[in-house]
Amino acid sequence: MGRIKTIARRTFLIGSAAIVGGAAFGIYQINKDAPNPLVAGDGEATLNPFVLITRDGVTLIAPRAEMGQGVQTTLAALAAEELDLAWEDITVLHGPPAQAYYNSVFLGMAIPGAHYKDTPFKHAMREQVGKVGKLLDLQATGGSTSMKDFYERMRHAGASAREALKLAASAQLGVPASDLRTENSNVIAPDGTTIAYSDLAEALRDITPPDVELRDPATWKYLGKSMPRLDMVGKVTGTAKFATDTKLDGMKFATVRMSPTRAGMDSYDDSAARDMDGVEAIVDLGDGIAVIASNTWLAMQAAEAVDITWTPANYPADTDGLRAAIAASLDEDADSMVRDDGDVTSAVEGTEITAEYYVPWLAHATMEPMSATALFTGDALEVWSGNQAPTMIRDACAKAVGLTPEQVTLHTTYLGGGFGRRGEMDFSVLAARIAAAMPGTPIRMVWSREEDMRRDFYRPAAIAQFRGVVQDGKAVLVDGKIAAPSVFHSSSLRQTGAVPPGPDRLHVEGAADQPYAIPHFRIAGHLTNIDVPIGFWRSVGASINGFMLDTFIDELAHAAGTDPLQFRLDLARAEHAPSADVIAAVGEMSGWTGQTPANIGRGVAFSFSFGTPVAQVVEVEDTGRGIRINKCWIAADLGTVLDPSIVEAQMTSGAIYGFSAAMQEEITFTDGMVEQGNFYDYDAMRMHTVPEFEVRLLETNPFMGGAGEPGTPPSMPALGNALFDLTGTRARELPLIKTFDLIL
Amino acid sequence: MATRLTINGTAHDVDLPENVPLLWVLRDEIGLTGTKFGCGVAACGACTVHIDGEAVRSCQVALADVWGEVTTIEGLGTPDAMATIQQAWADHQVAQCGYCQSGQIMNAAALLAQTPQPTDQDIDDAMQGNLCRCGTYPRIRAAIKDAAQRLSEET
Repeated sequence: MGRIKTIARRTFLIGSAAIVGGAAFGIYQINKDAPNPLVAGDGEATLNPFVLITRDGVTLIAPRAEMGQGVQTTLAALAAEELDLAWEDITVLHGPPAQAYYNSVFLGMAIPGAHYKDTPFKHAMREQVGKVGKLLDLQATGGSTSMKDFYERMRHAGASAREALKLAASAQLGVPASDLRTENSNVIAPDGTTIAYSDLAEALRDITPPDVELRDPATWKYLGKSMPRLDMVGKVTGTAKFATDTKLDGMKFATVRMSPTRAGMDSYDDSAARDMDGVEAIVDLGDGIAVIASNTWLAMQAAEAVDITWTPANYPADTDGLRAAIAASLDEDADSMVRDDGDVTSAVEGTEITAEYYVPWLAHATMEPMSATALFTGDALEVWSGNQAPTMIRDACAKAVGLTPEQVTLHTTYLGGGFGRRGEMDFSVLAARIAAAMPGTPIRMVWSREEDMRRDFYRPAAIAQFRGVVQDGKAVLVDGKIAAPSVFHSSSLRQTGAVPPGPDRLHVEGAADQPYAIPHFRIAGHLTNIDVPIGFWRSVGASINGFMLDTFIDELAHAAGTDPLQFRLDLARAEHAPSADVIAAVGEMSGWTGQTPANIGRGVAFSFSFGTPVAQVVEVEDTGRGIRINKCWIAADLGTVLDPSIVEAQMTSGAIYGFSAAMQEEITFTDGMVEQGNFYDYDAMRMHTVPEFEVRLLETNPFMGGAGEPGTPPSMPALGNALFDLTGTRARELPLIKTFDLIL
Repeated sequence: MATRLTINGTAHDVDLPENVPLLWVLRDEIGLTGTKFGCGVAACGACTVHIDGEAVRSCQVALADVWGEVTTIEGLGTPDAMATIQQAWADHQVAQCGYCQSGQIMNAAALLAQTPQPTDQDIDDAMQGNLCRCGTYPRIRAAIKDAAQRLSEET
């Protein structure tokens, strides 16, 4: 580990002497290479922002947050594949915040049109627009974008580095580069002479890395195979470092109590806390307090002893009031109508049904409560934070303590769960502010579980109203209205200070963008203007709309008297072949017949999100002692599966995250504050409730899809549909524990 | 007054109030950060360690009440010399975010010490106190069974 630390210290200085990697091309700023943030020391070479070669070996920079999704392993595999790096030689680091690590996918997602309809031209346009992210220094992990983002960038980085190594070896050996080959971290000459990459570190400094063609996927050794995760040994031996594990000399420990009404603090009295064991300081943060102590637990005890009067909330004070506000927005003008096929106002023959759905507020509840470590020394700030948005967080920390971004060093550690929560800036900024109150002393800040639960940026509650018509066993009309506060607007306002123009597409994703050929199909998005802090929660809009639309599709199938799996297959077949194929696949995997024994229920659901169509079948059983989930079959099509084991894990993880929410999770409010505080009142699936899984990954999708989120949206309706099949009761509201006797 | 603890075979004199939970002694005082804080109320199992071989939630054991030798994840095995159960975890590629896994492994190690060939029901009963928000449970179950098999072959 010493070597990694040394390398990190030496090279992650973002200085004016940064080396520009690769050749600049084009005349537009957008096409220029971003400055390489890696600065090579003596005898080292940074061939590009992703590959650093020293006498000790090769370090790959995988500039996306490792929150469990396996991103660093597969990013490293992309570069190592072209670089011919032996797997056991790979050292991977997240690296510093930098423009070179911008997200090239996010902005392209905003181009109108459902993704499943993308043509190669439209896809290329999304890629072009995505590159504007570079101008915004938009480095962020989210939206299931990482593999799409780096599929070519990392391979080019590896290929270019490989050819540079050959050029360096060619000069040393006097053998033409074209006669050299590379294998297992070595350059090999025709006569068998072998030079380790690390021995070429010095010579590489004079080499300009060339641009080269990427290898034929048929020759891949790592990609497409299940590789041992690079973070695995650290994580099973307790040596992997999360932000909360940062150790620094002279470090003190802090915790916070921030306004649970999100409106500030009227007054506080810390007289009982000041003299408690271990307390070093109590910091007034304006809208809350921090306690700095000799031990985290002592800090938490003292924080509890501070008597605080909170300012009343600026939003309806309880869950019912919030729900009424959301319902009221259904009667206001729609923000979006991005799906409006045919004419839903025309008179259509057939059987009409209507339904209204409600889903609750949800917390992220990552296993690691929010935490960060910071050291402020007057003219510099160093922050250790497990985060999903390093450039924005660096800048926000700088601003909070009166420094420039260049004076801030941000280390992105492993994340003890993210699910969207760690894209927020609040916890890192708080650590910076607390550290600024005690200059020269490193501060490790950890929130209590209760603080984490009550200071989240929640998945909003939502209400949808659907009207549909079926005719001759098929859906001919779906007219849906979806109301909720806007995550996109709320988040944009918080992070950039402005609300982007145009309809909010995230609000209706998972409904308006589904690959269903319904002649009259309209989805209207209604935004509720309330100030409850909300944010990105695994699969975002699709976590709401996946449940609502698919449950309604299931209701339509039953109204039509058509088998629910066949019903969806008919809708998808004419519109998007990969979607139809995953529905057919999950039917085959589960041996779907539409018939089940009396004590067994089965439900199917489908959702296309983040470029990936996913179909799931869930089987539930009435055990006589409650209902349990026996099994879940998942079929997904990501186009190209770069690591089957990791993708399989993400598919089951996404489903379990969704089942947990669908079964029992609900955040409620009273007096403007969240009522839940810990896992005893906001729990999740556990060992004894988790079903068996079977996953099949198809590869016919013409464009690469995401992995981290698409498993979540269909899980909630699949479970609800299975419970309907078992009991005949249709739950139109989550969590399901309110309607069914589930084993928890 | 300092309290003497034996942790992973090493004696430590700890100068902290006697009501500080073992978890926070380990993490903040001794610097053994492999043991994690998740909830503080014994509802998640992330802080599981062994005291005299028994799995306990270290957030619920006050410093003064530590009744025997403490073993943490760092004492079970190291990256260069992993315990059999850790090797099984790695071979099954269990961890995702990894934050809960120290507690999962310590809990499972105690289960295997007591029940060398656990049934699915045994695993359900023993492991349901350990929460994993990434949902790694299917692989945890597979790793426990595999570790049980390997341990039976070792003895």
